[in-house]
Amino acid sequence: MTWEGRGNVTIGQRRLGLAATATLVAALTAACGGGSGAAPAAGDASRPAAESDRLSGEIKSDGSSTVGPLTTAAAELFAEGSPRVRISVGTSGTGGGFEKFCAGETDISNASRPIKDEEKAACAAKGITFTELIVATDALTVVTGKDNTWATCLTVEQLKKAWEPAAEGKITTWNQLDPKFPAEPLKVAGPGTDSGTFDYFTDAINGEEGASRKDYSASENDNDTVTAVAGAKGGLGYFGFTYFEENSGKLKALEVDSGKGCVAPSVQTAQDGSYAPLSRPLYVYIKNESVKRPEVKAFVDYYAANISKIATEARFIPLNAEQEATLKSAVDSIQTS
Amino acid sequence: MALLTTPRSAVRLASEGRPLREHLFKAALVVSVAIALGFLVVLIVYMVTKGWPRLDARLWENQPSIRRPEIAGAQSAIVGTLWLIGLTALIALPTGVLAAVYLEEYADRTRWYNRVIELNIQNLAAIPSIVYGILGLGIIARVLGLGFGVLTGAMTLSLLVLPIVIIASREAIRAVPTSIREGSFALGATQWQTVSRQVLPAAVPGIATGSILALSRAIGEAAPLIMLGAATFVPFNPEGLFDRFSALPIQIYFWITQSREEFHVLAAAAIVVLLAILLVMNSVAVWLRNRYQRRW
Repeated sequence: MTWEGRGNVTIGQRRLGLAATATLVAALTAACGGGSGAAPAAGDASRPAAESDRLSGEIKSDGSSTVGPLTTAAAELFAEGSPRVRISVGTSGTGGGFEKFCAGETDISNASRPIKDEEKAACAAKGITFTELIVATDALTVVTGKDNTWATCLTVEQLKKAWEPAAEGKITTWNQLDPKFPAEPLKVAGPGTDSGTFDYFTDAINGEEGASRKDYSASENDNDTVTAVAGAKGGLGYFGFTYFEENSGKLKALEVDSGKGCVAPSVQTAQDGSYAPLSRPLYVYIKNESVKRPEVKAFVDYYAANISKIATEARFIPLNAEQEATLKSAVDSIQTS
Repeated sequence: MALLTTPRSAVRLASEGRPLREHLFKAALVVSVAIALGFLVVLIVYMVTKGWPRLDARLWENQPSIRRPEIAGAQSAIVGTLWLIGLTALIALPTGVLAAVYLEEYADRTRWYNRVIELNIQNLAAIPSIVYGILGLGIIARVLGLGFGVLTGAMTLSLLVLPIVIIASREAIRAVPTSIREGSFALGATQWQTVSRQVLPAAVPGIATGSILALSRAIGEAAPLIMLGAATFVPFNPEGLFDRFSALPIQIYFWITQSREEFHVLAAAAIVVLLAILLVMNSVAVWLRNRYQRRW
């Protein structure tokens, strides 16, 4: 090949390098400069006081993907009054959240279960003190497909029979749960083992956290469980109440009998605790040290003061009056020293 | 290259000799291509159809919102992804190319340590990405104390794609004929002059193609970023190296796991954006290769 072209190639490459750098820089600056605004605030009810406009700073939050949307909704509403406070919410799971929280890397940790003793120890080792807040209620809902005409209520015993480790490979038809049910195949689906929902359900039903049959269709995405249960005659699954509410057209929620009669999951029964043992509290943990910062204090105060609006907007089951009062007094008494 | 091209007439002659086998083989090739392309077409058609109602300016002009899916956007995730890719390119490309130059042009291959390095680079390319996430969390975020900003994410992704960049660059450098190096040396050039003025320019098309494909891999990664605390709700764009960030794969995953159908549509629209970014990057790779390719 000709060698005269070499000089041209080099120039071309230099030009290329320049062009690539220029494009990159342009892309980054354009993207950063563009649309600084958050989503426009429509219908802004209950704006925080005007002086909060002056607040700025960063609040880091991580933890449960179940509770994440609640803190996210709180952050969004709070941002309408304090747009300069930068709140980020991660969803690396309850355990992953505590891991970062107790390493001092986040201010707020969302959790779908209470903090474990070893996590407390990790926090203590780093000198991190925290306040536990109950911010909403969830009703783990046991569902079947719409075409399940035989079951309306299961006892805790029957649920255990369907889900306990001993059921693996053995309990495969509905009539094994109750002789009155037809011999339809039982197709179980539910959250995977990384989920706090799985931990809670196995603890409440099987009597031991993490103990479950393994031959079920597991997914960390509850929408997969929705599809699996809705698509199979004889499907049986469980997940948080919102996933049932969104899909009530294709799913049927079973009532649960814990010895005091059959109770259907609902906002009412979850709030008054009669939907037992599957109604559970959802938690937010606040690092006491962080509350010294005015933006964190303002956010936590706002969270507690508007909890019922936040829960409704994020489609959670709000606290009952008593729990709400407890939350507010807990926030008021956070020890910052 | 020219020597490897078989004349068409010869192909025809051979195929006349054993028609059935030839036809079967050709059919197998076509089916393979069809399967590969078919899945891509299905994916694109499905995502565009599903995401169509939300495939508009709201997606890149607005920040995420959990309360109002109808106005929610993915601006912070799109910008975060651009930051990640830009920084990853700045970190991984120079390092990878220089490492490849060392291994190809300077290293003495009879030394055991160079062979160990070579072997390990091949191995690194096969490590699952989540392991790089754990490494990034442990070393970059905590021991080096860089925290959970976009720089930590980009450094971790750089580690992830570095082996691919090195391997691609080595292939490209190796493809430069020895005669060119010898010619350069014969004219009195030093090794550095030979590498920088002859070998590297000639290898640019291969290096660029390999690098862009490596970056394309980085852009779709979610697992290591989740380990690094890339957040699912970040209503602000990163403005500095240590700012918290989100990225498209993370945002997409979060939306898919939400219960409301509107978010699934939004996820599909964001997937189309991600595919578009990928497609642009890959087109640039093809263009670079065609524009600067030389033959000897």
